[in-house]
Amino acid sequence: MSCDRDGALVAETGELHIRLQLRRPNFSLAVDLCLPGTGVTALFGPSGCGKTTLLRCIAGLEPEASGFVRINGETWQDTGYRMPVHRRPLGYVFQEASLFPHLTVEGNLRFGLRRLRAADEKRLEQVVALLDIAALRQRRPQALSGGERQRVAIARALVLDPRLLLLDEPLAALDRARKREILPYLERLHRELAIPVLYVTHAMDEVACLADHLAIMEAGRVRAVGPVGEVLARLDVAGGAGDEAEVVVDGVVAAHDTAYHLSQIEFSGGRFTLPLVEAEPGTPVRVVVRARDVSIALQPPRDTSILNCFAACIEAIRLVDAAQVLLRLDVQGVPLLARITRKSLDRLGLVPGMAVYAQVKAEALAE
Amino acid sequence: MLATADWQALWLTLKLASVVTVILLLIGTPLAWWLARSEGWWKAPLDAVVALPLVLPPSVLGFYLLVAMGPDGPLGQVAAALGLPPLVFTFEGLVVASVVYSLPFMVQPLQNAFESIGRRPLEVAATLRASPLDAFFHVVVPLAWSGYLTAMALTFAHTVGEFGVVLMIGGNLPGETQVASLRVFDHVEALAYADANRLAAVLLGFSFAMLLLVHVLRPGRGARG
Repeated sequence: MSCDRDGALVAETGELHIRLQLRRPNFSLAVDLCLPGTGVTALFGPSGCGKTTLLRCIAGLEPEASGFVRINGETWQDTGYRMPVHRRPLGYVFQEASLFPHLTVEGNLRFGLRRLRAADEKRLEQVVALLDIAALRQRRPQALSGGERQRVAIARALVLDPRLLLLDEPLAALDRARKREILPYLERLHRELAIPVLYVTHAMDEVACLADHLAIMEAGRVRAVGPVGEVLARLDVAGGAGDEAEVVVDGVVAAHDTAYHLSQIEFSGGRFTLPLVEAEPGTPVRVVVRARDVSIALQPPRDTSILNCFAACIEAIRLVDAAQVLLRLDVQGVPLLARITRKSLDRLGLVPGMAVYAQVKAEALAE
Repeated sequence: MLATADWQALWLTLKLASVVTVILLLIGTPLAWWLARSEGWWKAPLDAVVALPLVLPPSVLGFYLLVAMGPDGPLGQVAAALGLPPLVFTFEGLVVASVVYSLPFMVQPLQNAFESIGRRPLEVAATLRASPLDAFFHVVVPLAWSGYLTAMALTFAHTVGEFGVVLMIGGNLPGETQVASLRVFDHVEALAYADANRLAAVLLGFSFAMLLLVHVLRPGRGARG
């Protein structure tokens, strides 16, 4: 059972190996995934692509699924063996919070805890603090807002100290404001807990915010998988993303320019200048660069309003539609995407291998 | 006020209804659960069989049960083989007949309650380390509380109100198989309207009180989300 990426049996522990098949009348799932045992992996794809089904199969909630699931060295499923769902050390957050209506928030939080061999009160208090739900503990789920419910549901799963956290579109049922209310908690969770997370979503902004790794699904298959920066920059992936094509670049805050309210973010290909990021120098930040916000010049541009300009090399070109093309650029090893018109492509005579200048409008993601 | 035989009939009625409700709770819960969860082709015919006592004339059901429970019938032979007393014209026979007759009143409300709960709470419970049985008692039963209340009240009340079947199977033996509804009939047949009225009023008051209790105990609207 070697992993097809990263060579052979190097890491039997410290990773998630998932090979599953499920056949339904109008749908079939066939997945062979080898993922790192830490960090957040986003399962991304259009609705109906099987990402939720895959998550349910991993949890053991789909009895007809066959295959192999090994989570950080522990086998959950294999030929002739299925660990019952309630024995799997996982945390699962459903799309709708699904809190038990007959219990208070406290009762919901303690439901799983009571069934653990060693209930950990300290853990409960930590998780309650992490998700900021101390004030809700005596309330009934019916008396909570959608965002509060989802926070309680996440806390309820985390209290069990799971070895794998499965999140099924935890923000999809929420409106934009509620979503913004929860995202910071998920980021905090990501920073403060070392639990590997599988995160199902169809929202690119959530991927850009949270994911370390990305698996793109389509029609029950995994089309692309890898570190989020690499996968997003793949032209076959970005070509299908339309207006949303973007890459993420991880950097650190280098300096602030308080006079102009700007921050310098250093990454391995240079420095971004962005509107002020509220963080100490040295803090890691993620920068999102949309393909439509990157333009190309043959000479180092002067007298331009764009602050970010990098020397780059064109790696590949892909036609998007009759009017537009996507360029994949290399900025000292960091991939960027640029979406320009076919007319500009011809006018500038751009071909793979050419050295150009990329003018970039970038945006930092709040940490 | 009431004669000893009236009290005896009332006591017998309450005993019968209580025993039948407890037995049906034990049989009805797994049966309703199974019907609520299964999707096979046999679900529809099974649903129909469970509902049959609702539409069959009590005399028809009573007749078949009488034949089945008689010394030559399958139920009678099973009882004899097990060394049990005969079922016809005994309290035990009334219990068996009433369990069959009141079955849909227990199963249908429970089945509805289980179906409306759906699979999700059980899946959530499983991901929170609850075994299926644990999840049933600590999630499904509390969520189906209102269904249980309705099912038990209807089963109890329906057993109290039986007439045709208990007449066929029990034979209206005072102190043995004469339940209150049969006793009222006896009073009326003897033209003792005052006696009939007193006993009937007790039954009426009792039935009303029980339905009232169900409404009071049932969780209010909005208590389930």
